[in-house]
Amino acid sequence: MSAALIAQVALGGLLMGLVYAVVAAGLTLIFGLMDVVNFAHGALLMVAMYATLLIHRATGLDPLLQLPLVALLLFIAGVAIYRGLIARTLAVRVNAGMVQIFVTFGLSIFLVGAAEFLFGSDFQSINNTLLGGRTFALNGIILPLPLVVSGIVALLVFLALALLSRTEFGRALEATREDHEAVALIGIDRDRVFGIGWGIGTASVGIAGVMLANFYYIAPDVGTNFALIAYITVALGGFGSMFGALVAGLIIGLTEALTALFIDPALKQIGIFVIYLAVLMVRPRGLFGRL
Amino acid sequence: MAGAVRGTLVARRRRELWLGIVVLVVLAALPFGVGNAYLRGLIVLTLLYAGLSQAWNILGGYCGQISLGHALYFGIGAYTSTLLFTRLGISPLLGMFAGGGLAGFAAFLVGLPCFRLSGHYYAIATLVIGMMAALLAANWDFINAAQGITIPFHGESWANLAFRTAILPFHYVMLAYAALIWFVAWLIEGSRWGFFWRAVKDDVAAARSLGVSIYPSKLAAAAISGAATGIGGALYAQYIGFIDPDSTLDLSLSVLIALPAVVGGIGTLWGPLLGAAVLIPVQQLSVAWLGSAAGGIDLMVYGALIMALALARPEGLVSFFHIRASRGATGHG
Amino acid sequence: MGEPLLEIRGISKSFGSVAANVDIGFAVAAGEILGLIGPNGAGKSSLFNIIAGEIAPDRGEIRFAGQEIAGIGAVACARLGIGRTFQVVRSFDSMTVLENVMVGAFLRARRSAAAMARAGEVIEFCGLTTRRDVPAHSLSPPEKRRLEIARALATRPRLLLLDEMLTGLTPTEAQAGMRLVRDIRAQGITIIMVEHVMEVLLPLIDRAVVLNLGRKLLEGAPAEIVRHPEVIRAYLGDRYGG
Ligand SMILES: Nc1ncnc2c1ncn2[C@@H]1O[C@H](COP(=O)(O)OP(=O)(O)O)[C@@H](O)[C@H]1O
Ligand SMILES: [Mg+2]
Repeated sequence: MSAALIAQVALGGLLMGLVYAVVAAGLTLIFGLMDVVNFAHGALLMVAMYATLLIHRATGLDPLLQLPLVALLLFIAGVAIYRGLIARTLAVRVNAGMVQIFVTFGLSIFLVGAAEFLFGSDFQSINNTLLGGRTFALNGIILPLPLVVSGIVALLVFLALALLSRTEFGRALEATREDHEAVALIGIDRDRVFGIGWGIGTASVGIAGVMLANFYYIAPDVGTNFALIAYITVALGGFGSMFGALVAGLIIGLTEALTALFIDPALKQIGIFVIYLAVLMVRPRGLFGRL
Repeated sequence: MAGAVRGTLVARRRRELWLGIVVLVVLAALPFGVGNAYLRGLIVLTLLYAGLSQAWNILGGYCGQISLGHALYFGIGAYTSTLLFTRLGISPLLGMFAGGGLAGFAAFLVGLPCFRLSGHYYAIATLVIGMMAALLAANWDFINAAQGITIPFHGESWANLAFRTAILPFHYVMLAYAALIWFVAWLIEGSRWGFFWRAVKDDVAAARSLGVSIYPSKLAAAAISGAATGIGGALYAQYIGFIDPDSTLDLSLSVLIALPAVVGGIGTLWGPLLGAAVLIPVQQLSVAWLGSAAGGIDLMVYGALIMALALARPEGLVSFFHIRASRGATGHG
Repeated sequence: MGEPLLEIRGISKSFGSVAANVDIGFAVAAGEILGLIGPNGAGKSSLFNIIAGEIAPDRGEIRFAGQEIAGIGAVACARLGIGRTFQVVRSFDSMTVLENVMVGAFLRARRSAAAMARAGEVIEFCGLTTRRDVPAHSLSPPEKRRLEIARALATRPRLLLLDEMLTGLTPTEAQAGMRLVRDIRAQGITIIMVEHVMEVLLPLIDRAVVLNLGRKLLEGAPAEIVRHPEVIRAYLGDRYGG
């Protein structure tokens, strides 16, 4: 096994890890804000991928150029989910946590079913894209261009999220997370902040969906595996920690790629699981968790 | 005075027990009113899930530890009894208890590291361990890996718990299982352990201040819950006649086991049965009626139902039956 | 007076850079009601958590009934006979009042009939009989405080730690609460009460320990305490200065 191959696999793993991290970022944002684990997160990734596919078919617009559009669509979807479903669960006095889990879980099943109904369960993909089929070569290391660009976009998303936390709205987010009741006194509308928080979290997963649509198959249950990895990423990084999501995403992408290379592609997830469990035994709240 | 104190709580428990007996009798008579073999099969499955979900409820509902890895204990029960039967010829009547015992021990072992975690961290750790087991099982040749194991059929026999043509015996097997786990939960509700577990669920620091050891409580609840789930797994294997990692260890099964208890009423005696009675038929019937014609609609119906129930009945379906009781209780204050 | 029931020596505890308790020592005789007073943030609750075993001190010794208990944990402390309430009420909200108290009773009772009988006694003693079968979450705040006391009493403690049980009560409710404390002491249970409002405590307690900024300011009879210039400064500083 050549060093170049190992480096290539490792880099590929890290780039995929960045995509995982963006999916996890949306999850951890919503969790950090209001303690809700969104079990529809994977389904929303799937929705973003199908949206990209449909827009591509209808208009021929390249997925890469669709980024702002799909992000906006998913933002609206996130706000709508908050308004229509999640806001209602906040009024629930008993079992609020369980209710939120199962509302989002029901939504997930519903969305997957809707996709199956509308598009069938066959795998689909987008061909003839700007990035498709191209590679990026450096010192004998060859990487698919869609993956490289996805990694760059992922980093930009994290940059945007970091900048967001410095804005007025970011501070309102932070304050609302700290104390729901108190912020009402200083004139912050909780529903507005939560709604926008859901919108941003969902838009993040939307961006990941667009990038994945460039090189990944599209099917109704495509989100399941990504969501699963996102939960593990969030727990590994620490619930509520954006930086933790980034680091954990990279660790997971790298571990997955190296397990597949050195042990067995069929067992690539075992590597992730082992790392996850090992870290949690030492740090029960993940790498950077406060909650 | 002491008599008055005993009044309500004891009376309530006795009432539950009588209700349990009545429901048991009604369910025992049910097949005589239902001739359709498909519907009978549906009832068998519902009873199985009522028992499984009650088993999950012992840990998730009473002790408050939301496990997303119960398929592991189900799978261990199914594989243990099946392997004992196919390789050593030991009857599943014994094998199911071996499977239950092993599953309970596995739940204890899983608990050792996982109960150092709390909340979502615990739930995700159980999910990860469950998935890890499923992946390993699918690659483990000793248990036939992903191909699974077919249970050979040597004729209808209670001694081997084997029935291929008749559904009726399985109705009573699953009913006995659901009733047994229900009764275990009933016993737990009235016992010292049951009180400790509920205290652990509600407030860990307060429980500790009253001398309740948190970690051992969780481990005990996990072991009993895992064992009860394992027995259900063994019965499922006998009922279907075939097991593989996909059908006995998958994450979706873990969710399926938890869901009836949550929808029906988490931490209650009747929640799992009520939840199973609604969810299992809806799921199965929507697949049967809608699934083939227009793929996906079955899932949409199922998903919409879960959302609607969670929002409309956050306390679970049991709350339909508690309206009078809770009005009376809050009427004072 | 023989050996004190509780004796703490050199207790220190820091949370990060915050020194919650610094080198604190005092003793409590059996049957006494000790007031632990000090402004908000003085370290009273932290000290309670240490005595009750909920958190381990960084340094120092705690002898309870002749046994060293520092760092043995809350469960072991409860078994040895230390009962407590929490400043922010922690009731078991999925259970009724009776069931809440039975959890405490089960510490000494194996069988549920015995636990139920014990719980019934303390519920009556704490004046909650009419609320016995009501879910704990539907109690009023003063009732919840009584519930916590009942729950702790059900464990048959020798020492009871009460954290701000009178805070936020109306004068009538506070009077009733003080009567309850006297009744508890009459049963031979030693009591340490935390309160940051000094006036309400003075008629109730035998002796007071005053904390400020994590340190013990002084210790003495209630009458001496109120006259002490440092106490006046700490309190006036707290109330008017900050
Ligand atoms: N468990 C804890 N974790 C972190 N800081 C704590 C903890 N308990 C107390 N503190 C800190 O120690 C100081 C004393 O707090 P506390 O004991 O609650 O004071 P009091 O009860 O006298 O108002 C405060 O600054 C508080 O923030
Ligand atoms: Mg305090």
